[in-house]
Amino acid sequence: MKEYRTFWIALIVMALLSPLGLVLPRIMKAGSAWGEWGVDEVKRMVGYAPAGMEKTAGLWNAPIRDYTLPGQAGASLSRVSLSYILSGLIGIALCAGGGYLFARRVTGRQRKGRT
Amino acid sequence: MHIPDGYLGPPTYLGAYAACAPLWTLAARRLRRSLSTRRVPLLAISAAFSFLVMMFNVPLPGATTGHAVGGVLIAIAVGPWGAMLAITIALIIQALLFGDGGITAIGANAFNIAFVMPFTGYGAYALLSRCFPSEKGRAIAAGIGGWVGLNSAAFTTALMFGIQPLLHTGADGRALYAPYPLSVALPAILLPHLTLFGTVEALVTGLVVRSLQRSHSAWILQPAIGEGTR
Repeated sequence: MKEYRTFWIALIVMALLSPLGLVLPRIMKAGSAWGEWGVDEVKRMVGYAPAGMEKTAGLWNAPIRDYTLPGQAGASLSRVSLSYILSGLIGIALCAGGGYLFARRVTGRQRKGRT
Repeated sequence: MHIPDGYLGPPTYLGAYAACAPLWTLAARRLRRSLSTRRVPLLAISAAFSFLVMMFNVPLPGATTGHAVGGVLIAIAVGPWGAMLAITIALIIQALLFGDGGITAIGANAFNIAFVMPFTGYGAYALLSRCFPSEKGRAIAAGIGGWVGLNSAAFTTALMFGIQPLLHTGADGRALYAPYPLSVALPAILLPHLTLFGTVEALVTGLVVRSLQRSHSAWILQPAIGEGTR
């Protein structure tokens, strides 16, 4: 693990800087990514809510929707930024944990197969 | 580029899951055969890295946002099959926990972002770095690979959006899912990616490769495929 220490530090630094990806688009009034609008937004754009979309759009209620911790949706920019950083750290933990377990499982079998 | 729930009809998202299933299996098999134990932590780091890169929304002022993925950089570090699995892990966590990309669309998003991007981009990198084998040449090749990969993924994503009105339009002429045809979806998604977001991807990929070349970790840039079989 020591070999990769710089990489882990870099990931944490990225998480700390991540609010840039939240604040800059707001300052420059960039709006949302193409094709990632909510149903209401689509309704405003094309004049109706597509029937299938209306049915499936709310299928899943993500616990930390839009990288904003529950109850912080309308909070000030600094608190939303804090949410964003925490989401980044949670993301590191889960992605790295998932990736590590998966890779270990896969390569562990490789070693067993060889002996 | 993360397709949400409700934008794709069942034939498209089920088809994408069906296309990804054998690819995921093949990726796991390839990894078992060829990922060296030394690179195992790299797969974890790669998944976390692509998760974070995608949080950096890049604004196209007054218009839209997009982001880099890091898919080609990851493909250089853990091979394109390793990249497919690492990025898929990030996409699953984004969808389940953060609502970024739909759960019905995990297959579609994985196909575009975790499969099309690393394979096309890594292919371009491999080809170009053979023509320009100097360190600088390879860093530039990686940057171009990043640009190619991101735009290929943007292209297949736009196709998925754009074919929805062809597949699902009600008798009243109203779309059932994503409402914009190919003639709108293709330029709307591709133009910002060909210009701004692709450039960001290229810079991130090229600069990280350049700094890796000068670090103690330069071995990471050696081909990841086939290493474990030696």
